[in-house]
Amino acid sequence: MTKKLLMCGNEACGEGAILAGCKFYAGYPITPQNELTAYMAKRMYETGGSFIQAESELAAVNMVFGAAAAGARAMTSSSSPGVSLKQEGISYLAACEIPAVIVNMQRGGPGLGNIGPSQADYFQAVKGGGHGDYRLIVLAPASAQEMLDLTFLAFDLADKYRTPSFILGDGLLGQMMEPITIPSKLQPKEYQKPWALTGCKGRKPNILRSLLLGDGALEEHNKKLQLKFAAIKDAEVHCQCFNTKDADIIIVAYGSVARISKAAMEAARAKGIKVGLIRPITLWPFPEKIIEAAARTAKKFLVVEMSAGQMVEDVRLAVGDKAKVSFYGRMGGGVPDDKEILREIETLI
Amino acid sequence: MKKLRNRQTGKPANNGPAPLCSHSLRDVENHYCAGCGHGIIHRLVCEAIDELSIRERVIGVAPVGCAVIAYDYWDFDVTEAAHGRTPAVATGIKRVRPNNIVFTYQGDGDLAAIGTAEIIHAANRGENITVVFVNNGVYGMTGGQMAPTTLAGQKTATTIHGRSLRREGYPLKILEMLSVLPGTKYAERVAVNSAHEVLRAKRAILKAFKMQMEGKGFSIVEVLSMCPTYWGMTPIQAADRIKNEVATFYPLGVIKSC
Repeated sequence: MTKKLLMCGNEACGEGAILAGCKFYAGYPITPQNELTAYMAKRMYETGGSFIQAESELAAVNMVFGAAAAGARAMTSSSSPGVSLKQEGISYLAACEIPAVIVNMQRGGPGLGNIGPSQADYFQAVKGGGHGDYRLIVLAPASAQEMLDLTFLAFDLADKYRTPSFILGDGLLGQMMEPITIPSKLQPKEYQKPWALTGCKGRKPNILRSLLLGDGALEEHNKKLQLKFAAIKDAEVHCQCFNTKDADIIIVAYGSVARISKAAMEAARAKGIKVGLIRPITLWPFPEKIIEAAARTAKKFLVVEMSAGQMVEDVRLAVGDKAKVSFYGRMGGGVPDDKEILREIETLI
Repeated sequence: MKKLRNRQTGKPANNGPAPLCSHSLRDVENHYCAGCGHGIIHRLVCEAIDELSIRERVIGVAPVGCAVIAYDYWDFDVTEAAHGRTPAVATGIKRVRPNNIVFTYQGDGDLAAIGTAEIIHAANRGENITVVFVNNGVYGMTGGQMAPTTLAGQKTATTIHGRSLRREGYPLKILEMLSVLPGTKYAERVAVNSAHEVLRAKRAILKAFKMQMEGKGFSIVEVLSMCPTYWGMTPIQAADRIKNEVATFYPLGVIKSC
């Protein structure tokens, strides 16, 4: 039977993980994602999984490394300053090809910043964050429901490609309470993990490593990783388009800001301005082909972010010289409202 | 410990010693310097695993440091860990696979410097894991820099006039620190500078694994080990230094057992 619940985004994320069969969670307190840690403490206990409040973000991500290396579905979460600490572990997860899910409910930065919502960790999530050549599958939910749905999907994608996947939310999404529908027949896919460390009974020992000192060995490993990232780029772009076909101006926004932008788009349409919206759901792989195609008909693009302008760089790369790309951003915990965005649209006419 | 091989053909040398009898230790050459203690300690760990018939249940966590490629020598499941995060990785493995035997193998940089938080909290949580802590008082892999365990006055690449207690602080006695934590159930310091000490070290490692198998909780064996290369000594001088200097500061024996 389908279940309806009222939950905040952080809790919905936790429930998505539980539904996906997450058996291990380690985290460290940081606002605005504390509801997620508390929810996992409760639900791991109820479902027979393991919960650890770690001594640091570094320890938390490395505990997840261990649990996932041993074949379990595992997750850690934090907010911006804590996610900076996790970058070391994320690089190792990607390098050792260990599937796990990392959640960042972004807050204002840089530094300790504040606890307001932000999207200023886009570069960190999408361009690498840790050291070395790697990519993360980055999913950007825009509602509490999607916090659940996309976390569920993140586990599947991580296992499918043997690589860490990442939820990039923000404090607004984490705190906001909304009705959630839990589908009755949500079953996680089972993936064989012959590489996992389970003890070498009946097989050759498994070794998980990223240190490759042999002549050319690391370059070969990197080539293999890049082939995998290329396959993800081909197959896993998720995106929503609204009113883009006849649009003169297309807003590009993700997460909370995409929802606010949708209201601005509707207000503009009511005034007779032909505005559309492209909302990337996967920030990596980025829907560059969809944006490029839209740039053949739309004259102008407006990228709206809670940052000084990060995703706008990827939009500019996709649009090229086909159309003009403008940017509107708020920083440091500031959230744009639909009227502000509408004003920006009107200045573009 | 190794079977000598012809470097060109890879075939066993005619005058090589008898093959190894350990199943858990691979029959390959290792990269350790002459007189280094790691080879002995690897063998002791593997012999203990074989004697307890747990090779197929063991999951090892290799450190960053000289033993970083320990998985090339061990014939059971092993993962690497980021520098110092070794006990955190072991914690994650053990929590989801409580029936496996999980151990970390860490040097003094990994455990006593960059991974201090991880080792203290793994011990304090009473994680049912075993830690083999190799203390040779220097960072060997990176060129002989000062470690937290470097003795006062000891010359290293980063204490060229000798470790000054005023400037660099005091050598860390990790086992004594950990033994005040209720979560630590077994802590013993051993050495590998003589046949007698090697046998004692073997008994300690066996005991530490047995503690885990019995579900008793966190067990740690600190092994005082030689680094002739960065001590600037011959292997025999280095072994003598363990007895005459290192073990006088870091007393051998059971620090805690419950």
